[in-house]
Amino acid sequence: MNPVANPPVATPFFFYGLAAIMIIGGVLVITRKNAVHSALALISTLLAQAGLYLMLYAPFVAGVQIILYAGGIMVLFLFVIMLINIDRSMKERQFNKQWLIGIVAAAMLGGLFISVYTKGKSLFPDGRLTFVESGNTQGIAGLLYDPHTGMYMFAFEIASLLLLVAIIGAVVMAKKRI
Amino acid sequence: MMDALANISTLHYLVVGAALFLLGVIGVLTRRNVVIVLMSIELILNAVNLNLVAFSRYWQGLHGASALHGQVFAIFVITDAAAEAAVGLGILIAFFRNKETVNVDEVNLLKW
Repeated sequence: MNPVANPPVATPFFFYGLAAIMIIGGVLVITRKNAVHSALALISTLLAQAGLYLMLYAPFVAGVQIILYAGGIMVLFLFVIMLINIDRSMKERQFNKQWLIGIVAAAMLGGLFISVYTKGKSLFPDGRLTFVESGNTQGIAGLLYDPHTGMYMFAFEIASLLLLVAIIGAVVMAKKRI
Repeated sequence: MMDALANISTLHYLVVGAALFLLGVIGVLTRRNVVIVLMSIELILNAVNLNLVAFSRYWQGLHGASALHGQVFAIFVITDAAAEAAVGLGILIAFFRNKETVNVDEVNLLKW
């Protein structure tokens, strides 16, 4: 049996559509007055990004993106938005005093990106590098958990320690009286 | 014209990631609401994740389908984002309890 790498269907259409959803969602995140609207725009950005992950042959990361980001972290954000009052902050000034210098700094960073990507274009010769699909989730699990070939086992344990610290820190910070 | 569009390379994904990163930087530097600043940080982390997965795809094309290091790193970045959101929002709730505001330019308790 000779496996054949299937070329994806209608790649440009989906790529530009998902990229447009991502950019529009990002613009809405940083311009909306209401924080709930920003959170909803961020959720649409994250879901479109999960679609881009699927186009990059990363189904496991796409699933993690949907479940953990759009399902977990954004629910946390919405909870906090509902805990703090938004009515007063919607009537106030939305941008701080250094907005002009901030935009100038971001524009300079954008100029840096443009110069790097135009000069380094030859480093990424073509997008036609196809390969035979194999177990994506199995490969990630092999890198993370396999004691012989996996090189990220220690980092995985450190990540669990980081999450423990974050849980304890969040409880200590948010609780009124310990 | 379709031939020019039909070839989505790694650079296309990098440009989308750069645009998202810039939007996140603008949000962090200009918004007053701390919740939206934290959301902009999530935008920045997601731009980095998109770059990592795009480079992982490129690397897989060069070294075979088992070269998944970029995707593993993206999962670590998602873990970090979860921890950062939990701690950041905890700090935000504690701050709101003390000062009754969520604006970054009123966070000046540590200024001299």
